[in-house]
Amino acid sequence: MIEAWQFVIRNPEQMVEWTLEHLWVTFIACSIAVILGVPLGIYITDKGKEQIADAVLYLAEITMTIPSLAIFGFLMFILAAIGLPSIGFTPAVIALIIYAQLPILRNTYVAIRQVDPAMIEAGKGMGMSERQLLFRVKLPLSVPVIMAGLRTAIVMTIAIATIAAVIGFGGLGQAIWWGIRGARMDLIIAGGVSVAILGLLTDIFLSRVQRWVTPKGLKEM
Amino acid sequence: MIKLDRVTKVYPGGTEAVREASFEVEKGEICVLLGPSGCGKTTTMKMINLLIHITAGKIYIDGVDNTKIDEDELRRNIGYAIQDIGLFPHMTVRQNIETVPVLKGWTKAERAKRVETLLELVGMGSGEFIDKYPSELSGGQRQRVGVARALGADPPILLMDEPFGAIDPITRARLQDEFLKIQREIKKTVVFVTHDIHEAIKMGDKIALMNEGELVQYDTPANLLYRPKNGFVEKFVGADRALKGLQLIRVKEFMWGFPPTVKTDETAQAARQRMKREGINQMVVVGEGRKFLGWVEWADLEKGKMVSEIMKPSSDVATVDTVLNEALSIMLSTRLNNLAIVNEDNRLEGMLSFDAIRKALSETAQRGESE
Repeated sequence: MIEAWQFVIRNPEQMVEWTLEHLWVTFIACSIAVILGVPLGIYITDKGKEQIADAVLYLAEITMTIPSLAIFGFLMFILAAIGLPSIGFTPAVIALIIYAQLPILRNTYVAIRQVDPAMIEAGKGMGMSERQLLFRVKLPLSVPVIMAGLRTAIVMTIAIATIAAVIGFGGLGQAIWWGIRGARMDLIIAGGVSVAILGLLTDIFLSRVQRWVTPKGLKEM
Repeated sequence: MIKLDRVTKVYPGGTEAVREASFEVEKGEICVLLGPSGCGKTTTMKMINLLIHITAGKIYIDGVDNTKIDEDELRRNIGYAIQDIGLFPHMTVRQNIETVPVLKGWTKAERAKRVETLLELVGMGSGEFIDKYPSELSGGQRQRVGVARALGADPPILLMDEPFGAIDPITRARLQDEFLKIQREIKKTVVFVTHDIHEAIKMGDKIALMNEGELVQYDTPANLLYRPKNGFVEKFVGADRALKGLQLIRVKEFMWGFPPTVKTDETAQAARQRMKREGINQMVVVGEGRKFLGWVEWADLEKGKMVSEIMKPSSDVATVDTVLNEALSIMLSTRLNNLAIVNEDNRLEGMLSFDAIRKALSETAQRGESE
C-alpha cells in the first residue's frame, strides 16, 4: 500500500495522463452510446414494434454476457480485417460503446414505456402530434430513468476501460497490466485504487447531474 | 352542436363497447353520460374527439363529420379534462394551462393573458399558484387547474371524464357548484362522464343513461327520475328517487327570504319578543351589514343577558344555489334545525328549515306521481 502511494507521488504526470486517457475514452464511448441508444430505445417503444424491441434488448443483453477480454480480442481481428487500427483507442471505444449500450437502451425503453397512459392520453386528447407528445410529455417524464441508465453505463465503462490496456490502450488499466506482467504489487494497487476512486467520484458527480436535469415538478419535495 | 348517429364501437377481438348510440347535445348544454362501469360511456365520449375510432355510424360536430377533420386539429378545438392525474407533473400550472394555446401557436402575450383570465375564472387568480407544480397543489386545486387547462384555447366543446372523481365529497360538491357557476358564464357544450347518479342529476341538463353498450334513456334529470323508461332505469335511479329529486331543487326555491334576525348588541328580552311573535325557537344573529354570525336558541334566552353572551357562533352556511340534498346533509351534520343562507360575502340572504325541506320532498313526490 505504501509502495503504491510512493509510486503515485513519484510519477504524478504519468498518473494524471492515465486518468485523463481513462476519462476521455469513457466520455467518447458513452457519448456515442447515448447518441445511438436513446433514439433506438425510443424507436422500439412504438406500437407494433414489440418484436423488434424484444430482439434488440435480447441482443444487447447477450453482448453483456460476453467477457470483455473476448470482445477486445475479437475486435482486434475484425478491425484488422477491414483495415482499421486494431489496437489502441479505436477498438477500446468500440468495445465500450457495445457495453454502455444496454443500460442506456434498456432504461430509455423502460422509461418511455412506463409513462402513465393517462399522461399520454391527456396530451393526445389536447391535440399533440406524436412528435409533440414525445418531446413535451414522454421524454421529460423519462429523464430520471434514462439518466439512471446513463449513470450505470458511465460507471461501468470506467471499470471495463481498465481491461482495454491489454489491447494497447493506455488508461489506468496500464498500471495494473504492467503490475501483473512485472509482478509489481505497487502498480496493481495504484491502478486499481485509482479506478475505484474515479468510479466513485464520477458516480457522486453524476447523481448531482441527475438531480439537476430532472424536471423540477418531478423532484421529491 | 354534437350529434351522434347510430355510433357503434367494436374492439378488435369482437367486444362491442357501444351499439348504435344516437343522441344530440344542444349548444351550451351539459350532457352527462351515466352508467355502471363498462357500459360504454367513456368510449362514447372518446369517440367524439377520436381518441377512440368509430367502427360504424357518424358523429357530427356543428354538422361536420368528425372523421373528416384533422385529428390533432379536432382535439385542439375540444377541451379535454380528466381526473387530476391528467396534469403534467413536469410542468407548472401556467405551462399546463397554456398547453393547447402553445400547440395553436398563440403569442406569449396572448397566452399570459389567457392563463390569468382562466385562473381568475376557477378562483385561483391570486398569482400565488401560477408557477407551482401540480405536486404542490391540493386535490381540489389540481382539479381546478384541470378545468382551466381544458378551457385553455376557449374551445366551444368540453369533454370531461369523471373530472371530480378523485376527491373527497365536500370538495367535490364545491367544485361542482363552481363549475356550474362558470358554465353559466361561458356556456360551453359539455359532455360529462360519471358513474355517480347524484353528480349526473346535479350537473346534467340532459342525461344519457347507458347500459352494456346501449343508450337506455336520453332525457332530462327530472324525467329520468320520475319517468323511467324501463326496469333498468328505475333500478339504477334507485328507490329513493324523492330524496334524489332534492338534487334538482335549489335552496332559493324553498328558503325563507328576509327571516327575522337579531343583532349582538340587543338584549335577550328583545330576541324573546321577536321569536315569540314569529313562532320560532331559533333565530339568526347578524353583525354589521347583515353578516351571518350564529344562532340564538329559545332555551338560552336568559333575562338580563345580551345576545352576544348567549349566541352560538356558527360558520355552517349554504348559498341560494346550493341543491337541497346538500343543504340537508349540512343540517344533519351540524344538528341545527335551520340553515343560514348567505351570499359570497357571508351576508344573510335567507334561512332554510327542516319543514321547508319536508315540504319540498312532498312536492317532488307529487310531481312524480302526477306526471
